[in-house]
Order: sequence, then C-alpha cells, then structure tokens
Amino acid sequence: MSPAGFDGRLAWPLAAFLTVLFVAPLVLLVGLSLQGGFGNYAKFLGDPFSVSVLGDTMRLGGEVTVACLVFGFPYAWLHQRAPGWGRAVLTLLVLLPLLTSVVVRTFAWIVVLGRQGIVNSALQGMGVIDGPLRLLYSEAGLVAALTQVQMPLMVLPIIAALGRTGPDLPDAAGMLGAGAWRVFRTITLPLALPGIVAGCLLTFTASVTAFITQSLVGGGQMLFMPAYVLQQALALGNMPFASAISVIFLVAVLVVVAALSAVGRRVRAYG
Amino acid sequence: MARQRIGWEAISFRAVMGGLAGLAVVLLAAPTVVVLIVSFTSGLSLRFPPPGYSLRWYVALGDAGQLQFAAWNSLKVALAVTGLSVVLGVSASLAIARSQQASARVLDALFMAPLVLPALAFGLAALMLFTALGVGVSPMTLTLGHTVVCVPFVVRNTVASLQQLDPALLEGSASLGASRLYTFRRVVLPLIRPGILAGGFICFMASFDNIPVSLFLRDAATDMLPIRMWQDLEGKLDVTIAALSGVLIVATVGIMLVMERLTGLSKRIA
Repeated sequence: MSPAGFDGRLAWPLAAFLTVLFVAPLVLLVGLSLQGGFGNYAKFLGDPFSVSVLGDTMRLGGEVTVACLVFGFPYAWLHQRAPGWGRAVLTLLVLLPLLTSVVVRTFAWIVVLGRQGIVNSALQGMGVIDGPLRLLYSEAGLVAALTQVQMPLMVLPIIAALGRTGPDLPDAAGMLGAGAWRVFRTITLPLALPGIVAGCLLTFTASVTAFITQSLVGGGQMLFMPAYVLQQALALGNMPFASAISVIFLVAVLVVVAALSAVGRRVRAYG
Repeated sequence: MARQRIGWEAISFRAVMGGLAGLAVVLLAAPTVVVLIVSFTSGLSLRFPPPGYSLRWYVALGDAGQLQFAAWNSLKVALAVTGLSVVLGVSASLAIARSQQASARVLDALFMAPLVLPALAFGLAALMLFTALGVGVSPMTLTLGHTVVCVPFVVRNTVASLQQLDPALLEGSASLGASRLYTFRRVVLPLIRPGILAGGFICFMASFDNIPVSLFLRDAATDMLPIRMWQDLEGKLDVTIAALSGVLIVATVGIMLVMERLTGLSKRIA
C-alpha cells in the first residue's frame, strides 16, 4: 500500500493492459524481424540507401532540435520576463500549436511556402525574385515547418526550469556588476540546463518519429525512417523487413534518449 | 568605462534575446493566422493574400460528406479512448503516486514508455499482434491501440496532482472515521479533478489527431479525420481543408480557454 493510502493493486489493470497490448506486440515485432536469423538486419546495414535514410532522419532530428533551442530559449526567457498579461498570451501562443492537429499545422506551411504562398508573394512583390522559388519540398522548408510544429515541446520544459529558479539570482548577479552576457552564461543557462535537456529529448524524439510534416512539406523525394517503415509494411507488404527497420529505428531513438537522459542526470547532480 | 561596457552588454544581450524571441513569436503565430485568413478566400486557390473574402468554403464544408463521416469516426474513437484511459490511468496513478517502492518506479516507466517509442513502430507491432491472435481490425482494435499511446497523458497529469496532495488531509479524514472510499470520493477526487480533466483533454486531442496508430489498426470502413485530411492534401490542395482547419483551430482555442479556466491547463503542461 502506498503512503497516500491507496492499494498498489489499483495499478494492475493498466499494467496488464500495457503488457498485453504494448509489450507483447513489441516482443512480436522483434521476433518477426529475426525471422531467418539476422538477415533482415544485415540487409539494412549492408544497404547504403537504408543507412543513408537512417542518417538523414537523425540529422533532420538534430537540425530541428537545434533550431527549436535557438528560438525556443529566448521565447522562454521572454515569457519569464513578461508582465502578467503578456505571459498569458505567450503561454496560449505556445500551447495552441501543441493542441491543434498536426495536419492543420503542416497545412499552414503549405500556404506559407507554396508557389503562390506568402513568402513567394512578398519576395516577388519586392522585386527580389522574378519567378516563384521552390520552397515546398526543400529541406530548409521542412526544417522551418518542423521547428514550428515541435517548438512547444522545447519551450515548455525551459519555461518550467526558468520558473523554478526565478529571476532573483540573475538580478542579484547583475547588481553585483556582472555583465548581461556573463550572467546569462554563468547563471541563467546552467540553471535552465535540466529544462533544456528535457526539451531537446522531447523535440528530438518527436521530430524523428513524425512523418506527416515530412510527407506534406518534404514531398516524395526525401525519405525518412517512419515513411520507410510504412512503405515496406503497407505498400510492399514486406513485414519482416519492416519489423527490422522499426527495431533499428527504435534502438537508434533509444540510444539518443539514453544519452540525453544521462546528460540530464549529470546536470541535475551539479545543480 | 566599466559602466559603459555593462551598458553595451545589456543592450546587445537584450537585442539578441529579444530579436530571437520576436522571431519565435512570429514563427509560432503566423501559420495559424495565415490559415484562418486563407480559409475566408473567395478564390479557388490558396493564394495569399486572397483575391477577396467570402464564406463559400465554410458553406462547402456542409456538403463534404466524407470529411463529416471521418470527423464523426474520430470523435467517437477519441471519446471511447478518453473514457478508457481515464478509468485505467487514474486508478493506476493512485497506486503509483507517492509510492517509494521500486515496483512503482518500474510501473511508472512502463506507463510512460509509449510516449517515447515511435508510435508508428507500435502501430505496426500491434497489427501483428492482432493478426497473430486472429482478431480483425475494427473500431475496437483502433480504440485499444489509441489508448496505449494516449493513456500516459492521463497518468502524468493525475500523478502530478496527487503528488501535490497533502497527506494530512487523508489522515485527518480517516481519523474522523471516514472509509477509504468515502475519503476518495469527498477529499481526494475533488482535489485531483483538475489534473484528471487536463490529462483527459490532452488524451482526447492526442487520439483525435493520431495518424500512425490509425494507419495500421483501422478497417477500410473506418475513415479517420486526420488521415482523410492528409490524403486530401497529398492529392490536391483543397481550400475546403482550409475551412476545416479554421473550424478545428477555433474549436481548439475554445476548449483550451474553458480548460484553462477549469484546470489552469497552462501551468499543468509546463
């Protein structure tokens, strides 16, 4: 029994539910991928195309995570320094994309980046370019769209971390004569590190596992791991190979998650 | 001299941070605003700015039978998923919140695991399980699959509100002769209700918006809204989707404001 006075057995229904419907399927997935030994894994790892898909996926995740951090941290900083109403508006603004459908969020980017979209209209209107640029179906466009789609996952943990430490320490350091950049480097940033690590973890996993934005903004020419799984499983019906791709993808994500969690623990130990 | 340097530092720091934060605000807000504006276009394309304004695409939504059918399916599944997740999730949260036992930490990791693993890999795995068991895909398998990936939101929010509960309240209630069930109903439940509501809301939105699990676990007759919209957009850039997006955005903002009032949603998610 837990100290709050509730029976530990209350956890059994959900534990049983997830064992049957989450753990068992994953065991099955690994089992199917090993059908006929490690052949499916060897096929993936020996195929330069497959390996490049994995590399592209991880690189995209890294790029989006960095972009989210570069814009997300100042956003969280502004949120902490804003007066009450400004804070409410900034909170609403960051929550809205988190709760609206990912198709809707991505659709917005088609409107912005399309041939007759807002960026092309503006650039043509200013006479910077003659014909419309191809922004849709480019990697830069994809990174921009994913950055907006995933930024809330970076901003919210940093807001929480900044909120825990409060503005007093940086203010005190400033009064004692430390310059603004030095306060930022030696106080604000280290104190926010647990939030930054948590944000990076969430943003990275969400951007590598997403595929709607990739398919609509990235177009058919860029292939990433989730779409690769889908293609093999649903279009080609090659279940054992699709399982092996899934397992490799899963392990790759888990390695990054474990590495970031280890950094997070070390950071918290210092704090 | 020193003072001047500090002045410069402060200005450059504020300029860089403020500039980036301003860009972030535009980046976050602009796409939503652009979709809302385009949805009122009188034209046939997604041109921005629109050539004129009208409600024609919102009117067209009334005749979009396929989209309505898909929306209705998504709504039904999301409601069932939320109900199931709240029952399973709240009960499990009561058991693991505040518990110091190692088993509680293991269970907590199990309950949160579906959030970290790629949902698409889970969808594929779940399809294999149902196939192996000889269970055909149906709205039932869809509901079960969605629940796996949505229940963590309920657990996380309920556990957080249970951790803020003062144990003295429970002891006080018990020492005054209340039964465990009575204490739960009259003391615990009212105090953790905002956490359950917030978790249930996020769980509902996550199910309504889910694509990766639905792709594998729905049957041909069960068209889901996000998949329908996705496939419509792959084929042609339909302005009806802009109007539908407008409806979804307004509905989301509306529910968000209500939830903020009821549960202080923003403080919970952060």
